[in-house]
Amino acid sequence: MNLMHGFGVLADPMNIVYMFVGITLGVLIGVLPGLGGANGVAILLPLTFSMSPTSAIIMLSCIYWGALFGGAITSVLFNIPGEPWSVATTFDGHPMAQQGRAGEALTAAFTSSFLGAFVAIVLITFLAPVIARFALQFGPAEFFAVQLLTFCSFVGMGKEQPFKVLTAMMLGFALAAVGLDSVTGQLRMTFGSMELLRGFDFLIAVIGLFGIGEILLTMEEGLAFKGKSAKINAAVVLQTWKQLPKYWATAIRGSIVGCWMGITPGGATPASFMSYGLAKRFSRNGHKFGTGEMEGVVAPETAAHAAGTSALLPMLTLGIPGSPTAAVLLGGLLIWGLQPGPLLFIEQKEFVWGLIASMYLGNVVGLIVVLTTVPLFASILRIPFSIIAPVIIVICAVGAYTVHNAFLDIAVMLVFGVLGYIFKKLSYPLAPLVLALVLGDMAESSFRQAMLLSQGDLSIFWSNPLVGTIVTLALAMLFWPVISLAIGRLWPRSGSKAAVSLK
Amino acid sequence: MAVLESVSRLKAAAAITCVSLSAISITTLTSTQALAWEPTKSVEFIVPAGTGGGADQMARMIQGIIQKNNLMKQPVVVINKSGGAGAEGFLDVSGSNRNPHKIIITLSNLFTTPLATGVPFSWKDMTPVAMLALDNFILWVNAEQPYKTPKDLVDAAKSGGANSSKMGGTGSKQEDQIITAAIEQATGATFTYIPYKGGGDVAAQLVGNHITASVNNPIEAVAQWRAGALRPLCVFDAQRIDLKEPIANNMSWNDVPTCKESGLDVEYTMLRGIFTSPGVNADQIKYYVELFQKVRETPDWKDFMAKGAFNTTFMTGDEYKAWLAKTETTHKGLMEKAGFLAK
Amino acid sequence: MKQRKSDEDAVTTHHTMEIAVALMFAALAVVVMIDSNRVGNGWASDGPEAGYFPFYVGLIMFISSAAILIANLVSRTPNRSTFVERGQFVLVMKVLIPTIVFVGLIWLIGIYFAAAIFIAFFMYWLGKYPIQKILPVAILIPLALFVMFEIWFLVPLPKGPVEAMLGY
Repeated sequence: MNLMHGFGVLADPMNIVYMFVGITLGVLIGVLPGLGGANGVAILLPLTFSMSPTSAIIMLSCIYWGALFGGAITSVLFNIPGEPWSVATTFDGHPMAQQGRAGEALTAAFTSSFLGAFVAIVLITFLAPVIARFALQFGPAEFFAVQLLTFCSFVGMGKEQPFKVLTAMMLGFALAAVGLDSVTGQLRMTFGSMELLRGFDFLIAVIGLFGIGEILLTMEEGLAFKGKSAKINAAVVLQTWKQLPKYWATAIRGSIVGCWMGITPGGATPASFMSYGLAKRFSRNGHKFGTGEMEGVVAPETAAHAAGTSALLPMLTLGIPGSPTAAVLLGGLLIWGLQPGPLLFIEQKEFVWGLIASMYLGNVVGLIVVLTTVPLFASILRIPFSIIAPVIIVICAVGAYTVHNAFLDIAVMLVFGVLGYIFKKLSYPLAPLVLALVLGDMAESSFRQAMLLSQGDLSIFWSNPLVGTIVTLALAMLFWPVISLAIGRLWPRSGSKAAVSLK
Repeated sequence: MAVLESVSRLKAAAAITCVSLSAISITTLTSTQALAWEPTKSVEFIVPAGTGGGADQMARMIQGIIQKNNLMKQPVVVINKSGGAGAEGFLDVSGSNRNPHKIIITLSNLFTTPLATGVPFSWKDMTPVAMLALDNFILWVNAEQPYKTPKDLVDAAKSGGANSSKMGGTGSKQEDQIITAAIEQATGATFTYIPYKGGGDVAAQLVGNHITASVNNPIEAVAQWRAGALRPLCVFDAQRIDLKEPIANNMSWNDVPTCKESGLDVEYTMLRGIFTSPGVNADQIKYYVELFQKVRETPDWKDFMAKGAFNTTFMTGDEYKAWLAKTETTHKGLMEKAGFLAK
Repeated sequence: MKQRKSDEDAVTTHHTMEIAVALMFAALAVVVMIDSNRVGNGWASDGPEAGYFPFYVGLIMFISSAAILIANLVSRTPNRSTFVERGQFVLVMKVLIPTIVFVGLIWLIGIYFAAAIFIAFFMYWLGKYPIQKILPVAILIPLALFVMFEIWFLVPLPKGPVEAMLGY
């Protein structure tokens, strides 16, 4: 009933136009590394002041959907994550492109993004008030538990030497700690340098490690992208769709992880890592992850898009932004004179249901827009390396600069590029480094906030059923290899059955 | 098609300014006649905080107002430089001598960051333009809790012993923690201060009963007040907020007593002011003062002020400088007593 | 560095590189620990201090990089295979050095002209393209970036004297 009313709001042709403009701008912002969803929405926010609040939020949220879709494009093609949440997409997406399957990888990424978003929107439509109350139960201890769970579901699965995994991870944590300590307000590891005040941003490290590092490795093998021979036609979309139903379990798991992380609010980036980690652990093809498995694209993309979408729920119902982009949208709502909060759904029906209806339509429009670009983007790989490589390096430099408007970040990106090259050759793993960099700061501050609350008493992590369950689950994840071994020894048959049912 | 329109408008504007720019430079070359100064290229509007925060919102609001009402021929470009609790942004402005195309919006970190981190800068390294408004702080508690006055809360904190009362706030050794320290100094009660990332997080943590009280800005918590989840106890300004429109339970902002009148002798407001680079000339300062006066007169701005229950005091020139000097001393005193100064 | 004959073409071996990188990490770990000690690495009454986690991060990093170092030093069968061949090294440097120059140029003349020069140089030097193919790419890409960032999105990128003359 309400939703139908919402679609009525969308019948205004101008709103449909805004939707297309928003999606297109969003994809563009998503493709450019550095210029993320939050920056993109913030930059375009003042342009929307002359519109009605409903039209404005439709356009801005469509920019956000576009950015969520667009982040995958450069991840697959060039190993450069356009957005933080598409880092995990590079793990299998880029190998697929190298095998000449860029079209398939992009189609899988876009389709699973759409699926994740769709699950999240249905959730928002029907369960918004219930979920809002659930999100309120999250204090610092619960946040830490979720971050721990993300970490534990991802680590301890590589083939690399354990000491190298450990070193890379610690490097990530150490880099995350540089700058202002959010709990005591002290400066850490800045050594009096003004340039180090802003710390090391995750995105700059990732653009360097993955993007520039990849170009150096490619160069070493002689001036060509491996995906050059890719055969591209429009039918690739349909062919990929035929394969996708196989991965329904991964897609559902990804959507659940994503919705959970978006609402709590853990964020889209941790969600994508967690979903990838879980898929690798529980999928039949888990051991092949990292070599170009389509399932390894489906898992992070469903989760990232589900998290990105459901992050709007706590924003609308409670005024807590579930992601940096949601924080900017929240500012927009306040500027247009809307007060996000429990009463928004009652007092501003037209706005809320218009927004929800636009989520449905916006994602459909987004899927159509990005799918039509698949052949176009896949054909970029046919451009000779000596043309595309300098262009990529220029775009990486632009991306690194726009994160903090700092010149030095471009130089830092270059250093990370060389580091990425050396790491790859000495088989130090990059994923634990990146995960530590993205989670380190958040996890440390939630841990210390929890410690302030309990005055240094660790039992706060088992002080209620919610936090206790998550922490226990996290530890079970960490020791899963040992546990599954033990189960296998004790009950050989039922153990193997359990493993099957988990797929 | 507002976006495309405005994009093409911007393009047209850019083309026109290129032409008019050369025209201007010719006139300035041929005649020495004094012309009122105007920006000749886009003006960088630095926000020494992240995207989505209060200062960022206000800066983008101002950018939108200037653009919508054509108050300036050149575009305003908002840039976030939040590193080191805003030190990065302030150092950028204080380091760009005689650059009138750079302005910055401040929050309390103008005073607190140099004191707490030891990064060397001060408001005296920049040129004060105008005070736009003062942001209010309100003492909030969860509506389910029995506290009706600040005294109830303070008494409970005293009788409950250490760590019984938790105060949530944004950031560390910044405005929220300074107010908390001021309350402790004025009453002798102790609060455990928990630093969070943003004001919205703090309000939600208070609704979820994870903390006992908060000193959120009005705009961060008003939605929860209206929904009956939070209760305002008092406002930390010298006088009540002058807004009589009912908000929740027939109470208006004006019905919230000042902390001083309810027996808690703490006063604090946060500067939302504009500065520009050091060494700019009087003409250039005058241009910006007039620009912000025009911004203040727009209905959009007035509406924004009412929504956020701001104290709308406007100051420029020597009055503003005197206020800054006084406020700096207050911060120094409060932070020294609380032991927040960088070692 | 002494190398066996078959590795004549190698710039360096895996073995040397492993040791160098492990030493670098160990040194970094020491720096992290020293600074964490400065801000306090204890467990105060209200939880860990600012340097608590970084200190242990540094410590673990030191131990694990030391383990890698020792494993490589005492190994009886060190991995003396080629880390990078001379030919490969030259190729990598062919990208890396122009990129470093490009970053330096951004600082001097702004990103747009630096990008034009960089793309043109790269296409000319490595791609051996004729000038009529180089010019459109080298001009259009920076121009597109300029329109997108400076005019549409109002995001200023580093600019140099030429843009300043044009009034940007």
